[in-house]
Amino acid sequence: MAPKREIYMDHAAATPMDSRVLKAMSPYFGKISANASSLHSPGQAAYKAVVFARKSIAAVLNGHPDEIVFTSGGTGSDNLAIRGVLESAVPNLGWDGSTSKPHVITTAIEHHAVLEPLAHLQKIGAIQLTIIQPDKKGLISADEVIKAINPNTVLISVMYANNEIGTIQPIAEIGKGLLKWRKANNSVLPYFHSDACQAAGYLDLNIEKLHVDLMTLNAGKIYGPKGVGLLFVRRGVRLSPVVRGGGQERGIRSGTENVPGIVGMAKALELVQKDKEKESKRLGLLRDRLIDGLLRLPKSRLNGDADKRLPNNVNISFLDIEGEAAMLYLDAKGIACSTGSACASSSLDPSHVILALGMSYEAAHGSLRFTLGKSTTKADVDYVIGAMPAIVEMLRKISPVTLDMKSF
Amino acid sequence: MKQSTKITKTPDVKSQKGEGGFYSDVVKEHFFKPHNFMEDETGYKADGQGMVGSPACGDVMRVWIKVDPKTQKIKDCRWKTFGCASAIAATSMMSDMVIEKGGLTLAKARQIRPQDIMERLGGLPARKIHCSVLGDKALRAAINDYYRKTGQTDKIEVEHGRVIDKVLKITDHDIEEAVLEGADTLEKVQAKTKVGTGDPACIPEVEQLIRFYNEKYCEK
Repeated sequence: MAPKREIYMDHAAATPMDSRVLKAMSPYFGKISANASSLHSPGQAAYKAVVFARKSIAAVLNGHPDEIVFTSGGTGSDNLAIRGVLESAVPNLGWDGSTSKPHVITTAIEHHAVLEPLAHLQKIGAIQLTIIQPDKKGLISADEVIKAINPNTVLISVMYANNEIGTIQPIAEIGKGLLKWRKANNSVLPYFHSDACQAAGYLDLNIEKLHVDLMTLNAGKIYGPKGVGLLFVRRGVRLSPVVRGGGQERGIRSGTENVPGIVGMAKALELVQKDKEKESKRLGLLRDRLIDGLLRLPKSRLNGDADKRLPNNVNISFLDIEGEAAMLYLDAKGIACSTGSACASSSLDPSHVILALGMSYEAAHGSLRFTLGKSTTKADVDYVIGAMPAIVEMLRKISPVTLDMKSF
Repeated sequence: MKQSTKITKTPDVKSQKGEGGFYSDVVKEHFFKPHNFMEDETGYKADGQGMVGSPACGDVMRVWIKVDPKTQKIKDCRWKTFGCASAIAATSMMSDMVIEKGGLTLAKARQIRPQDIMERLGGLPARKIHCSVLGDKALRAAINDYYRKTGQTDKIEVEHGRVIDKVLKITDHDIEEAVLEGADTLEKVQAKTKVGTGDPACIPEVEQLIRFYNEKYCEK
């Protein structure tokens, strides 16, 4: 079964590097490869590149260069934001009962990089956790988040756009509500963190409009290199380091600067942000075409809101079939996508995001995610629409299950 | 888990890494071109049929068999599976094993273990093992159904031991075997058996059994 075509529709998982990014990075793999913390001339050349990258990113975010902390990626940034804030609120996380237990608010559809560290802190008794449920369409209510704040709340973490179903959350609205709460309560806390990894390619990252205190970005999702990300840390936010060592990144995130990665991240962010309006418009049309085409199949449903949705995300559940099987049949046709089925993950449970929408386990097992990107064309979308019916039909033919639409 | 010496290439049964590709070529062959699946059950006169699993757990397997009343051999075995690639491939392989070389006797067919199916598949990635453990259960349910229909009730064998997980029909014996194979925590036992995913109410009892078997076999 040789693939006829190669259609990559898994851009939420990883993006291919933009050749311009690679070009910008290449000197830093060879000619300029000294340690950016060294005081000799080669070291200073590397340092300059990091300074320049930091400035360029700060300009995109409408922040200051000293508010950018480079990390190892999205997961590294999320962990730093969460643990960093909590360790500074309670030294060494050793909550001794003498003060009120720190309280954190997050949502049920966050990435594991946010949910897992929080679940761990809750498990060891370091925090109290409120998890806000989304509505049936995968949207979080800003009101509900603000209402959950209490005087012990130190951190709110709500993602900008969801990685599985692409829903866009009201970050600016939460931010504004929080500013009001802080003013009324004369407090600098809680801090507001948002994971913007999936949003970065399509949405506005202006931190003054979003009113975030901490924001996670990742180069690997925006046509930049993998293994590099950043945490925006607003001036005045108190953050304890998680990775200690040589004191790089103002002591917040030690480790020799990944100079080519940092340069690549700056270039990638500049490029996607420059093109975001045009690309969002182009992909939005393709997204809707794909959704319309796939929903023509019986017993299918779109997961997540159709409008407040990233322009590149399509997530559909097909009843009576299992997502991993469907994904592999698509793969045999040259189409790369992903699934929320338990079988494709390392746990036994299907996607926590799809389940949080109130969908049944059955429907979550049958979910497929197609995430479009720069390379996606109308012909690609039509090819997927053309390939899907036979696959769904085949898998339904060998399936002993016939669920009705109530299973959604 | 003992591995047969007949196998020339070590199957990737235990490896977390799934070296040499996630699925073996045999798995892919059975997944993409499943053998003996039930195309159309209307008009198919089965002598016995059985079903296990639930769509909520992500696996359902249904098996139909035809039996030669004289030889008590399985003449035909058809199936339908809702599940991932390894679940589909495992049922497909099982159906081959049951009918090849003139068919297995019911007594022999009943002895097929998930390990035997996995060996024939050239191994499965460790976290996929639980997907292959339902096919043989569905087959045994079909065999029992045949005995019931033919009045040979004395030959009906309930699953060894006591059923713990009522949805997946997992018994204390299955849990004992998982512990013997080195699974000493609930997570590890679940990775092997899937116990409790459809019947979470049984988890406390499963944990108790794991502790019991751990003490019996693993601790000094």
